[in-house]
Amino acid sequence: MADTDEQGTIGRRNDGRSTHRGKADVAQALVIRGGRVIDRTGEREADVAISSDGTIAAVGPDLDLAALGLEGATVLDATGCVVAPGLVDIHTHLREPGREEAETVETGSRAAALGGYTAVLAMPNTEPAIDSAAVVRQILDAGETAGLCDVRVSGSITMGREGKALSPMGEMAALGVRVFTDDGSGVQDDRLMRRALEYASGLQGPITLAQHCEVEALSEGGHMHEGEWSSRLGIPGIPPEAEELMVFRDIALARLTGAKVHFQHLSTAGSVELVRQAKAKGLPVTAEATPHHFTLTHAEVASYDPVFKVNPPLRGDADVAAVKAGLADGTIDAIATDHAPHTPEVKEAPFDHAPCGMLGLQTALALAVTELVDPGVLTLAEVLAAMSWRPAEIAGIGDVHGRPVAEGEPAHLVVFDPTEEWTVDPAELASRSRNTPYAGRTVRGKVRHTLLCGEPTVLDGEAQR
Amino acid sequence: MSRPGAGSRRHGDLRNLLAIADLGPDVAAGIDDVMTLTDSFVEVSERQIPKVPALRGRTVVSLFFEDSTRTRLSFETAAKRLSADTMNFSVGTSSVKKGESLRDTVETIEAMGVDAIIVRHSSSGVPRQVAQWADAAVINAGDGWHEHPTQALLDCYTIRQHAGGVAGKRIAIVGDVKHSRVARSDVAAFTALGAEVTLVAPPTLLPPSLDGWPVKVSHDIDSVLATTDVCYLLRMQRERMTEALIPSLREYTSLFGLTSRRADLLPEHALIMHPGPMNRGVEIAAEVADRPGAVIVDQVRNGVAVRMAVLFLLLGSGTEWGAAKAGDGDGNG
Repeated sequence: MADTDEQGTIGRRNDGRSTHRGKADVAQALVIRGGRVIDRTGEREADVAISSDGTIAAVGPDLDLAALGLEGATVLDATGCVVAPGLVDIHTHLREPGREEAETVETGSRAAALGGYTAVLAMPNTEPAIDSAAVVRQILDAGETAGLCDVRVSGSITMGREGKALSPMGEMAALGVRVFTDDGSGVQDDRLMRRALEYASGLQGPITLAQHCEVEALSEGGHMHEGEWSSRLGIPGIPPEAEELMVFRDIALARLTGAKVHFQHLSTAGSVELVRQAKAKGLPVTAEATPHHFTLTHAEVASYDPVFKVNPPLRGDADVAAVKAGLADGTIDAIATDHAPHTPEVKEAPFDHAPCGMLGLQTALALAVTELVDPGVLTLAEVLAAMSWRPAEIAGIGDVHGRPVAEGEPAHLVVFDPTEEWTVDPAELASRSRNTPYAGRTVRGKVRHTLLCGEPTVLDGEAQR
Repeated sequence: MSRPGAGSRRHGDLRNLLAIADLGPDVAAGIDDVMTLTDSFVEVSERQIPKVPALRGRTVVSLFFEDSTRTRLSFETAAKRLSADTMNFSVGTSSVKKGESLRDTVETIEAMGVDAIIVRHSSSGVPRQVAQWADAAVINAGDGWHEHPTQALLDCYTIRQHAGGVAGKRIAIVGDVKHSRVARSDVAAFTALGAEVTLVAPPTLLPPSLDGWPVKVSHDIDSVLATTDVCYLLRMQRERMTEALIPSLREYTSLFGLTSRRADLLPEHALIMHPGPMNRGVEIAAEVADRPGAVIVDQVRNGVAVRMAVLFLLLGSGTEWGAAKAGDGDGNG
């Protein structure tokens, strides 16, 4: 059941503060007609009626609105479309505070809504880092003001993400923070990471520590995957082992402490295999992979275009195949965007001077359809599991997001046409930045409507705010 | 070994020279064209007034983000001998240090109306990026660890001059291949022309992957020298020690340096080459650099004529002198 407070407000945060999207704000009832509903319970052809309080009133074929008392409800056409729980991105860089020229909570939320997301987890590598209750509150408030997406916040594991001292995780957990990470870099110090896991396991939760796995002693100075292409192009490389060693260490620490560890953006065949073995032993680990790590390889860097510079780097064909296999057998639980906006000014630099990162929110679903569903790697239902309810569970928001499409549940929904082709045009993206590596690429799968608490944030592909 | 550059055109219509592969789908034919043209510019260089009006009215700017007096002088001399106007944009005196982006710098230079930009940068790939933003012809004068195509062309020319050709020659490239743009361009050019190339270095100074490189590898220079026609030594940089790539320069010299004893293992006809600047006593013994087979000074001399040929190939079509072909100039500029 949905998380409902005394006022009947849906989407109440874990900190108890309710969102502004309460009963009074929702203008009207809606009905989504003619779509195919896919959620964790299965698939069926059904209409979805949403009452004016933002909850789902009924789900079924050819709903009789009069019988539901919803005459006059706005009809959203979903012919040929899938109706599913809104997508949940557990790896989003919103750049606020500190890098508002690249993205803001508002512009990132808009990109998320257009990509079919109803919740994102903001990463803490901001300036200042999200390492205090004050910064957590600032981002939560900005998310509510934007009103385009349920913006959740992850806190840093260490103060300033410097890897030296623990951040006040308890203080942040009290505000509803359920994921901590130093994303952008991994916690290098073995002992500090052990302590972080032990400490976090005692907090109000459940708490997950998410790791950007990279042993800096091996990756330092590198700018792309170390291999055939780095050797030809004369660009210093980052060996896969830089990632795998930390995956190995954190699996060991999960075993030692019993605490939950989530592996961010797995990029190598070796990492996928390590996580597979850890899961087989029943250890409390989860993992995510990004669309770019199942779509692109290091051969793209031959253009020397820094739009292809990302961390972890684009790897080889065997790694791409392993990431897909990991998604197919459930070793990798979630598809996360690692949406990382950078302005053209900083990306139009020499490759080794440019920052790492690519946009992802508006292309993730289409890439999953194009690269995973169409070739038969995953079913559409499996893609949605990896993009909605499983990441919602990892982020600790499974009580509100990724819910079944059923009566009484909050209407956080995405309606998309899995067959519609479109071509990625950087100028059309809602992000403040333009660093998509998919410019000019034709993909399949287009978001038609996104509903947050029953309120359309996107209608017919257009953002409503 | 490299992909054709952004400016790659069909053979005979060279737009940029970013990498050896830009010389056309048939790289060997492209190199031969440069060699033939170089012959006529060597002749020009030997005249009393070594100057032709081939590129009169054209403007060539050298955009050097990395210090390199030798290469810059070589290009500027080549441009001046072709009567081009030359400009020098060096980072120390520019707005780059004030935070101007690479793209802004390139667009500013373009706005002044230049015909060719000669780019040197410590980052691999910058000439390719510049070529994307510029209409002018772009010549790579060395980018990071990537390529230094005019160096490879002058190396080919020097081998051709002293040994009759590159095809079939057994060439050992000795030293820090991993960090060497010269080595990458040389491997591309030498192998395209049909030479047999062996890279000789400790594993730490080789690229992490040699997939697709048509070369042999040896970690033992002594076993290679007797069957070597050209021994090409790369500059050994001091900072490689601090990166734990070699224990010490002394050990490097004792294992890989071309000492007198080792030079004696070479066949009598063998050439000894070096892209400069040399560390005498490290990769090459002082007395070896002065042997008859050492053609290091010829490399530098040929550099000017080769760069004249490259500039002429990129900018010469349509000019009067170009129509009349090399060699018929009045030599007056």
